Amino acid sequence: MHSAIVERPIEAARLMTRVSDASCGAVVLFVGTVRDRNSGRAVTGIEYSAYREMAERELAAIVADAEARFPGVHLAVEHRIGYLALGEASIAIAAAHAHRALAYDASRHVIEETKRRVPIWKREHYADGTREWVHAGSGRAASAALPGAAR
Amino acid sequence: MTVRVLLFASYADAVGAAEIHVDVPDGTTVRDLVAAVRARHGPDRLPPAPMVAVNQRYASHDTSVSAGDEIAIIPPVAGG
Repeated sequence: MHSAIVERPIEAARLMTRVSDASCGAVVLFVGTVRDRNSGRAVTGIEYSAYREMAERELAAIVADAEARFPGVHLAVEHRIGYLALGEASIAIAAAHAHRALAYDASRHVIEETKRRVPIWKREHYADGTREWVHAGSGRAASAALPGAAR
Repeated sequence: MTVRVLLFASYADAVGAAEIHVDVPDGTTVRDLVAAVRARHGPDRLPPAPMVAVNQRYASHDTSVSAGDEIAIIPPVAGG
């Protein structure tokens, strides 16, 4: 397994070669990219920031959990931070397995968990020169509902 | 005791600092610490029950805080 928060462009093809070997009949590659519109506004780029040490820890935990949950899956994940232009990759997830079903399942699991719990934020830059933090949640989520809160 | 509190993204902007130091009684909980930050910096700056990490792990608001802990108040995450 491999996971990292990086400040350079993600080389998705390298993540694929990290996870696949002759026993794998399927490699699923998910790449999340910067889109030119959000909620009807023209976006010119996104600035990602992180609580870096915790983000690395959470991402590693997600990958380890996924490899346990989906036996035989090999995973490599990188999330980029810093300023990204349109079309650039913010995250790439390579998932390899003997068969496609578990590779797809593990890939989906990792992106959903990443969005749910890895402490990374994004500030969208708009064509009109303004910029705003994007909040996926309400900001009032009870921490008791979060993974690890009961530990 | 004095506790070091990290702030990120929109919360850092709202409070005007990425790191603050807060004086609280020994044995303070996360809940009391958040209340102290809101009382000092303005209740409109942070929600009443934000996500909080203690030593880089998500923590419930009942968690006790010690002077050497790394406390982070965490806005809704938006990675991916």
